[in-house]
Amino acid sequence: MSLELRNVGRTFAGKQAVRDVSFSAKQGKIIGLLGTSGCGKSTLLRAISGLDSEYDGEIAVNGAITRDIQDEIGFIFQEPRLFPWLTVLDNVTFGLKGTKNEKEKLGKMYLKNVGLADSAKLYPKQLSGGMAQRVAIARALVTSPEILLLDEPFSALDAFTKMQLQDLLLDIWETYQSTIVIVTHDIDEATYLCDRIIILRGQPGEIDKEIGINEQRPRARGSKLLAELKTEILESLDLNRAEESVN
Amino acid sequence: MEKMEAEVSTVLTKEHASKRKDQQIKRSKNVEHIVLGSIIPIILLIVWEILSRLEVFPAYMLPAPSVVLGTIVGLGQDGSLWGHIGITTYRVLAGFVLGTAVAVVLGSFVGFYQKAEQLFDPMIQAFRSIPSLAWVPLFILWMGIGEPSKITMIAVGVFFPVYLNIISGIIGVDRKLIEVGKINKLNSFQLVSRIILPASLPSFLTGLRSGLGLGWMFVVAAELMGASQGLGYLLVLGQNTLSPETILASIILFALIGKLTDWILKIIEARALHWQDRLVKS
Repeated sequence: MSLELRNVGRTFAGKQAVRDVSFSAKQGKIIGLLGTSGCGKSTLLRAISGLDSEYDGEIAVNGAITRDIQDEIGFIFQEPRLFPWLTVLDNVTFGLKGTKNEKEKLGKMYLKNVGLADSAKLYPKQLSGGMAQRVAIARALVTSPEILLLDEPFSALDAFTKMQLQDLLLDIWETYQSTIVIVTHDIDEATYLCDRIIILRGQPGEIDKEIGINEQRPRARGSKLLAELKTEILESLDLNRAEESVN
Repeated sequence: MEKMEAEVSTVLTKEHASKRKDQQIKRSKNVEHIVLGSIIPIILLIVWEILSRLEVFPAYMLPAPSVVLGTIVGLGQDGSLWGHIGITTYRVLAGFVLGTAVAVVLGSFVGFYQKAEQLFDPMIQAFRSIPSLAWVPLFILWMGIGEPSKITMIAVGVFFPVYLNIISGIIGVDRKLIEVGKINKLNSFQLVSRIILPASLPSFLTGLRSGLGLGWMFVVAAELMGASQGLGYLLVLGQNTLSPETILASIILFALIGKLTDWILKIIEARALHWQDRLVKS
């Protein structure tokens, strides 16, 4: 399922947060939105998801322009956002329709996918941060969304859990071939996961640069190519330019 | 992935073992709580009993605890005790149910709909600033001295804490959880039943408990204003017959039953909110 943004912008209380963003994503591609904080990355993602419909410009999902929340879209937030009164399994099956049996069967399958098959009966308060985020991933995937939106999904996790979950995301992507848009401020994460990295910069945020990565997955985290890409990205980000101007 | 599962299952088995240990520790802690909590009351009771026997306190002002206990036992033996307890508990529960029902309906409307808030809330807040006991004469005038006026009185007392807590519970529901519902395409009714209601349950239960507490306060007022039976009637009877032991017996019964009903609500609360990640005091 494809995704297209045409001149999307958003103004909050008279102040423009992001403007004139256009890009498109073909079926099965992973797009990274990268930028420093406050340049409107999350705002864009909320516009794509339909949670925010007050934006300018157009967003087309599979060619159809829409401002509503689509069935095909799954969203993984920065925090797990689990319902504390539901068990892990009930949290995962929250968005499903159908009989209880069907829902539980599907829920258990996805819990197994994220490595939490034994935790179905636990409550969110009994989970660690990484486990909770995995539950959130299972909840977003269980409805088999064709477009998956991730808003800094691993930013609150430690480095090891983060890498584990990035690999998990790639596993899942390989199986379901969803189109993924991931917002991140972690350059390594972007270069490891994405087919294309869109760098947003400034206030209001605008597209500064697009970098395509054709390297096959799984990519080596320490590879020379990724290191070169990181340098290139760092150069195009605001902080380096600011330094240059001081020098 | 397998590694992850293994990790999770070791965590689980460990959790199981530590759960049993936790339960043991909890039980011994409970005993410790009860012992610690009863030291001072027992000492006070003993001192009171000794001083009363030594006639430091005159018996017509402050009878000994054993005399008060004897009064309660006496009431129990002639059978009138259960009548008094029964009618008072009935009044509190009837008022509690009535007040809670009205508070749930109005509170939900005001919490969910802005228009309902603009319509009702200013008026309800204005009513709240009237001391509730000021209604007593009016209720007696309207409904007579019988049960309806008493129950209405108690319902008024129960209404406000329940109403306010329902509203604050509904308003306080995390926007982030609502967004999860929206992404999953829940309609308004589903948002209410699957997210807003469970999320506001803790606040609602807090309201119920303080409402019940007020119910017990108001039943005293209601029974003082005229009753032929009930614990509040025992208070008046004790005053009129110059028998402080009857008054004290009634006070102690109020304390016991009030505590018992609160304890029942507390158990319900703990059961319903077992999922809460709450502060455990050290």
